Amino acid sequence: MSEPVTPLGGAVHEGAARVAEMPRRGMITLRGDLGDPAFSEAVAEVAGLALPGRGRVSAEGETRLGWMSPDELILMLPAPDVAAVLDRLAGALGGVHHLAVEVTDARALFAVSGEPAAVRESLAKLAPVDFSPAAFEPGTFRRSRLAQVPAAFWCEPDGSFGVMCFRSVAEYVFKALSVSAASDGRVGMF
Amino acid sequence: MLLLECPYCGVAGEETEFHGGGEAHLKRHGPESSDADFEGYLFHRENPKGVHLERWRHVNGCGKWFHAARCTRTLEVFGTYTAQCSEPPQEIRDKISAKRPGWTWREFS
Ligand SMILES: [Zn+2]
Repeated sequence: MSEPVTPLGGAVHEGAARVAEMPRRGMITLRGDLGDPAFSEAVAEVAGLALPGRGRVSAEGETRLGWMSPDELILMLPAPDVAAVLDRLAGALGGVHHLAVEVTDARALFAVSGEPAAVRESLAKLAPVDFSPAAFEPGTFRRSRLAQVPAAFWCEPDGSFGVMCFRSVAEYVFKALSVSAASDGRVGMF
Repeated sequence: MLLLECPYCGVAGEETEFHGGGEAHLKRHGPESSDADFEGYLFHRENPKGVHLERWRHVNGCGKWFHAARCTRTLEVFGTYTAQCSEPPQEIRDKISAKRPGWTWREFS
């Protein structure tokens, strides 16, 4: 049995902000009617997190539950727990129209951390999104694009940012973030 | 540059986050239809200078299709509404009327 690895082997760039591929974290895509309590309450119960509202992410320990669309959530959790959680979801959602699929190795995750203004600036240079602290506070979750590829990003409780993209564009996103976070690249936006 | 609000995400994004999907509210004419109806469905499109109703997709976002009412002359967006509408809702029509009194677009006004 081969060892699962993250796309970039934990690549790190130290610049004005720190861009680091996250350690391998489990991910489950959930689809269903978020407006249906039979779906949303069962998911919240299994995840152990409040269901996030539109454009929000719930966080507790290693677990994140992000709002992807009116019928889609992304659940991030410790990788060893994925199989058990999928089993519990299947039990809790029996009879409810839904889809729950592991996407752990189909996505890449990055953490952008460091001086808050530099972190926000690094992302703002790449996405058509308002990253000011007033508009993008901890708990905000947004899907958009980073340079030329789709990505999702959210603000962690500590003010750092998480970034999720497809595994196939992991290197592109890491390099784009690294250039954007270059130590001589500050523009003083925030 | 267009600024569109996705009715599903509730976020305002600029147009590179979206993808245009052509004219809105086309009525499909398939097998059994008259040649003229089928030709109209396939080929005849509005090309107004002014109020226009279009389909857009939040491609770098939730992925959902929705509708937008905008002005092709000024790029002003009057409003967006969900894909689950076969005609512009009254609220959108009122917003257009407030800015472009007397507007018409196909059978809508
Ligand atoms: Zn959207």
